[in-house]
Amino acid sequence: MSKKTLVEATINGETVEFLCEPRQSLLEALRDVLEFTGSKEGCLTGDCGACTVLVDGRAVCSCLVLGVEAQGRNIVTVEGLATNGVLSVLQNKFLEHAALQCGICTPGLLISAKSLLDRNPKPTEHEVRYALAGNLCRCTGYDKIVKAVLDAAADIRSQGEAKAAAR
Amino acid sequence: MAASTTTGDFKVIGTRPIRPDGVDKVTGRAKFGADYAFPGMLHGKVLRSPHAHAIIKSIKIDKALKLPGVKAIVTSKDLPDAENKLEQAGEMTINPMYLSMNILAHDKVLYDGHAIAAVAATSPHIAEEALRLIEVEYEVLPPVMTVDVAMKPGAAILLKDLRNNEEGDKPTNVAQHFQFKRGDVAAGFKAADYVIEREFSTAMVHQGYIEPHNAVGIYNSDGQATIYCSTQGAFDVRSLSAYVLGMPVGKIKVVPAEIGGGFGGKTTIYLEPLSVLLSKKTGAPVKLVMSRSEVLRASGPTPGGKIKLKMGATRDGKLVAAEIWMAYEAGAFPGSPVAAGALCIIAPYLVENFQIDAYDVVVNRPKTNAYRAPGTTQAAFASETVIDELAEKCGIDPIDFRINNGVKEGSPQIMGPPFKRIGFIQTCEAIKNSPHYKSKLTGKFRGRGVASGFWFNAGMQSSASVNIHTDGTASVVTGSPDIGGSRASMAMITAEVLGMPMTDVRPITADTDSIGHTDVSAGSRVTFATGMAVYEAARDAVRQLIERAAKVWEKKPDEVEFRDGMLHAKGNGVPPMSIKQLAPRFPRTGGPITGRASVNARGVGPGFATTVVDVEVDPDTGKVQVLRCTIAQDAGKAIHPSYVEGQMQGGTAQGIGWALNEEYFYDDKGTLRNSGFLDYRIPTCLDLPMIETVIVEEANPGHPLGVRGVGEVSIVPPVAAVANAIYRAVGVRMTQAPMSPPRLLKAILKHRGAAQHSAAAD
Repeated sequence: MSKKTLVEATINGETVEFLCEPRQSLLEALRDVLEFTGSKEGCLTGDCGACTVLVDGRAVCSCLVLGVEAQGRNIVTVEGLATNGVLSVLQNKFLEHAALQCGICTPGLLISAKSLLDRNPKPTEHEVRYALAGNLCRCTGYDKIVKAVLDAAADIRSQGEAKAAAR
Repeated sequence: MAASTTTGDFKVIGTRPIRPDGVDKVTGRAKFGADYAFPGMLHGKVLRSPHAHAIIKSIKIDKALKLPGVKAIVTSKDLPDAENKLEQAGEMTINPMYLSMNILAHDKVLYDGHAIAAVAATSPHIAEEALRLIEVEYEVLPPVMTVDVAMKPGAAILLKDLRNNEEGDKPTNVAQHFQFKRGDVAAGFKAADYVIEREFSTAMVHQGYIEPHNAVGIYNSDGQATIYCSTQGAFDVRSLSAYVLGMPVGKIKVVPAEIGGGFGGKTTIYLEPLSVLLSKKTGAPVKLVMSRSEVLRASGPTPGGKIKLKMGATRDGKLVAAEIWMAYEAGAFPGSPVAAGALCIIAPYLVENFQIDAYDVVVNRPKTNAYRAPGTTQAAFASETVIDELAEKCGIDPIDFRINNGVKEGSPQIMGPPFKRIGFIQTCEAIKNSPHYKSKLTGKFRGRGVASGFWFNAGMQSSASVNIHTDGTASVVTGSPDIGGSRASMAMITAEVLGMPMTDVRPITADTDSIGHTDVSAGSRVTFATGMAVYEAARDAVRQLIERAAKVWEKKPDEVEFRDGMLHAKGNGVPPMSIKQLAPRFPRTGGPITGRASVNARGVGPGFATTVVDVEVDPDTGKVQVLRCTIAQDAGKAIHPSYVEGQMQGGTAQGIGWALNEEYFYDDKGTLRNSGFLDYRIPTCLDLPMIETVIVEEANPGHPLGVRGVGEVSIVPPVAAVANAIYRAVGVRMTQAPMSPPRLLKAILKHRGAAQHSAAAD
């Protein structure tokens, strides 16, 4: 067994130091070392997207990143989406639209959807489907997920407009 | 149990509240099986066979045991002998000996991925390294991969003890032959003006749940074991593990974790007994989690197989005869759902003369398991395609053809007894009247197809208890793992009966020690049967509330009424009392109130669905894009319509994957060549359109709320509906599923060649 490396990263807004074996994936480090078990393992080959996290704002499969590569990075997992216990618009829309059944794909889908809306606040249905195509869901047929993301985008836009008007 | 209650004025049932487990699932807090961790926990990995069919000559584990960090290794020598007999276990009939042989291969490996040994080590990586140090000597045998090969005289025999009901003491790969018949088939075909005869084949496919199988086993020195795992049936995990481990059921407790999809595939055991065995050897908790490749190679997909089907109709569109031969790949051990497929294949139609012969055949593939309406999607692909063809011959709209021949209340079922109230015709009419079916489909290489499906649905055993808390809110406890939102439905039924808001009811899925026996969450049975138990348990709580109010008011119970969540004294001017007002008086009127019910649910109401799809075919590549899709399904009564739609949409999406992409590819050595999600391709977001739904509510007279159960039948129509749509788009009748690009392109080119050939001949 090779020696462990000390890694310093920002995870969900907090500076975190952890020890990590060179062969451990970021997903394994998050789940088994740091106990952030919200990110899920569905395949370990980057095909299902259940482990999706944001690394410096970009959605990546954490099973394809090594834990040591988190050094100096800013990482957001599903545990970091709510603010002080208040759910984000996307989280609420997933609940309102019944956009989850078993919920195993939900953490990854939420992160991919956030990544989309962060860069494209007004996506078309096709753009939503394209952005989420790396996240497999076997329960829902995606219908309600796509609707939830489109509705969240509209909501975030109207909140933004209301804020702008208030200024 | 008056079905009229379903037309009653509901306050909670039929609304769309937010699911009680929702917040945990959007914040990452929900605890799935692989999320469990315990102090001192070890990690297990399983050594699996690289051969499809081989004799195990020896297994040497000493090198692996010497690797630092390795704590224990188990092989089949560590398993007690299990009896070769048939036992009822929940929905399934199981043979403990075959079950044991599937958990760890005894003297033979029977498929690529068959478990041989399991290692426990201080990290999953060390356990994996140890697998490479285990030496197994094999004598490789010829693999038997298809029903054709397996049924041929002189085929290599998989199981030396296997005998069937027809061939006496002759070793065989045919585990069982089922036959169902009615009327006079020859006379039926004589009366037919049109007869279509075709041979169909389908590929083995997987349920494709995103969460791999997992288990944490803890064996204590007092002989008590606890298993944490993601399962559709904690009580089944307990009874099946007890068989394999030779332990009494009462010494095993199973705690069902949140489950990341099952669709029938998590109704049996794989890792659970291994986790207990390894824990027993090491004294530590042991966790095992499958990789995706292991899930595909070695869990329980649903069979492919062959169906030969001949059907006849009169000129005016009446089905008069059917003759069907079908054989399914059971996998390495007997038990494919071929009998269910046979009973469903023409179930939506009244056919006076039929004979169905169905064969359960063992092959060198993983032991198949249930998958949503087990055995029926394959069957409907054949029958619903031929029915489409007959409708075309008769010049009748395919939906009208189905309505004309469709079963209704009083029609005989395949086994004889008449159907009670059912909603098949209504699903056809709902599609006929849908905006989708009424719209015009235009454009080149586009086509529209319809198909219908039937599934029995199931009843079986469920237990529930309803606790009234000291503040007048409630919890409802059941033994049904929640695979699709059932906790929402259970809370809603409780809230409806108790006249309280759904947010005042907390639903719990309990472990095997905390609630009465409850069969597996499968067979579309949870909202039906567990819902029945919950309804009765809530009514039991109401009876007790009435008694307590009577005590407070110094009246007789029959002088108190419960309505709209309030207790009313009959007759005089006593002001009504709410449950919240009564709850603080529980201690002085007899103690806490718990309503209880256990049912072996009768009155199962079968499910029907009809689906229409529009497709566009790329004639140069054979790729099919689904443009639009609508499904109508009879729910009986939709408790939470959003999650009923979710079942309809999810099953439809799986059916479309089955139709177009999904397939196990084995090479000639019997090695699975696509054991990952990249090559075993399930539909992505980009592959599907919105899936429109029409919920039909034809109340089930056998359920107090009219519920039928909705989990399965939605997967049945899509494969045939897509095939029928492809025919209308490009003129080819597909008889092999999946209708993947290479397969469809070949058919298109052949069709084009034939057309050119006949044009040249003219």
